[in-house]
Amino acid sequence: MPESKYMLEINDVYKTFNPGTVNEKRALNSLSLKLKEGDFVTVIGSNGAGKSTALNAIAGVWPIDAGSIVIDGQDVTGLPEYKRAGYLGRVFQDPMNGTAATMEIQENLALALRRGQRRGLRRGITKKEQEQYRDLLRTLDLGLEDRMTTKVGLLSGGQRQALTLLMATLKRPKLLLLDEHTAALDPKTAEKVLDTTDAMIRDNHLTAFMVTHNMKDAIAHGNRLIMMNEGRIILDIAGEEKKHLSMQDLLDKFAQLSGNSITNDSVLLA
Amino acid sequence: MNVLLSFVNSLPGACGQGLAWGLMAIGVYLTYKILDVADLTVDGSLATGGAVCGVLIVMGVNPWVAMLAAILAGMLAGLITGLLHTACGIPAILSGILTQLALYSLNLRIMAIGDTAKTKATLALSVDRNPLLVSSRYVRELSLRNPILLLAIIVAAAIGLLYWFFGTELGCSIRATGANQNMSRAQGINTDKNKVLGLVVSNGMVAMSGALLAQYSGSVTIDMGRGAIVIGLAAVIIGEVLLDKVFRNFALKLLASVIGAIIYYAVITLVLRLGLESTDLKLLTALVVAVFLTVPYWKEKYFTKAKKEVETDA
Repeated sequence: MPESKYMLEINDVYKTFNPGTVNEKRALNSLSLKLKEGDFVTVIGSNGAGKSTALNAIAGVWPIDAGSIVIDGQDVTGLPEYKRAGYLGRVFQDPMNGTAATMEIQENLALALRRGQRRGLRRGITKKEQEQYRDLLRTLDLGLEDRMTTKVGLLSGGQRQALTLLMATLKRPKLLLLDEHTAALDPKTAEKVLDTTDAMIRDNHLTAFMVTHNMKDAIAHGNRLIMMNEGRIILDIAGEEKKHLSMQDLLDKFAQLSGNSITNDSVLLA
Repeated sequence: MNVLLSFVNSLPGACGQGLAWGLMAIGVYLTYKILDVADLTVDGSLATGGAVCGVLIVMGVNPWVAMLAAILAGMLAGLITGLLHTACGIPAILSGILTQLALYSLNLRIMAIGDTAKTKATLALSVDRNPLLVSSRYVRELSLRNPILLLAIIVAAAIGLLYWFFGTELGCSIRATGANQNMSRAQGINTDKNKVLGLVVSNGMVAMSGALLAQYSGSVTIDMGRGAIVIGLAAVIIGEVLLDKVFRNFALKLLASVIGAIIYYAVITLVLRLGLESTDLKLLTALVVAVFLTVPYWKEKYFTKAKKEVETDA
């Protein structure tokens, strides 16, 4: 079999929540997507379009109903969440979610460094690592390098997201999954975290999948933009076209493709 | 004055009992504080530890070997609870209750091993006939056979071992599992396996406590673990309330639970001297735990509101 040239392949994936009940919801409807190595795709769509569901399907939070998910040539469809983690770096919407509040900054980093490895009876954190962490924390420019033994629960939301980003990329992931990771932050902090995100993706040549509620961010970041609606991709823009994309273009395209004009911009812009 | 004198006189006994129960408190600390699970298996596994150790000692087995067997039996109980919870999807509290209930029947059987009866509810051990490691008879003696000495050594060794274990990669991942399961899975940690492992280690500690208590008091009874979880919680909470600000290190936090257990038994001894019946103790213990759990909750709810709102804004 030839080596896959894609870093991520989502092939015809279906997912229905609460099947057979009044709350039945088809969240992914024949979703397919291929990402090349180094692609940084931003994902937009209204509430319930399936953006976060798509991300969770890749992460393996629950099994999918049909289709397959392939990361760097390896079919991971049947792997549980914790086994896929070896390939993935993840940052969540809720800053509380990505770190262990009752553990130290350096302990959190040490957990992330061992992602995808067997955890045995060796030391949970070594002196040598601590030096590495100090240097990396310094690059965040948040003063965390002097607070390595501080419990993460004492950090602000922005600091926690920055730390989570560092943890997600500490061991180079094949794919970085960002789930509206700046949505819970104030605008200024959100911008700073996004800048850090950009820098990390660029410096490490990462492949990334960023779900966002913010159209401006979706346009400004990444080399590819997809729009989801009712569990499938309705728009996929890359390269030069993406570079010259304006907000009005996107709104027009959404109206045209989804068949309903946006009466309330906040659905997309919120 | 007489009350005070007899209280002081009974302090060594409280210290001995507190040390033995301290191992149980450490077990509760591991599940309740580290894993964030209230494990009710312990009421059963404490008696299992006592029963296994007692029966083996009566049969003439070396008491250290009997202790080891008791620890393994407790670990097995923890394994069952862990599998009921993770593999069978039963809520943690209910899983513990199920194992605890099953152990009641099993403990009656275990105690009858080597006896003509099919089940047995009590088993007597005597320091004259059996080679016991610790006995309350010598608790006021200034000699090497004073049980406080050996109990303190065992407690220190257990704390040292756990301190080492929870500093390893595996131990760190168990702590992470208790702190944040989502994050743990995202970092490639098998949270189900870790929960089982935590319950296994915890119930091993509890069974060791039961084995020592059986020797210390010279008897195993089917009821010896009744309400053990509440006593363990009381010890953990007393230790936390009094020492959390001073004891930052993990080993010291474990020690705080042991000190909590000793204080608990000192207080119990005092109220008994003051005229309370020993049957009133369970009521008293439940009250103490309820109050100590309520106070921090109310403090949070009624006194730190303004501060909390500021924090969520940030």
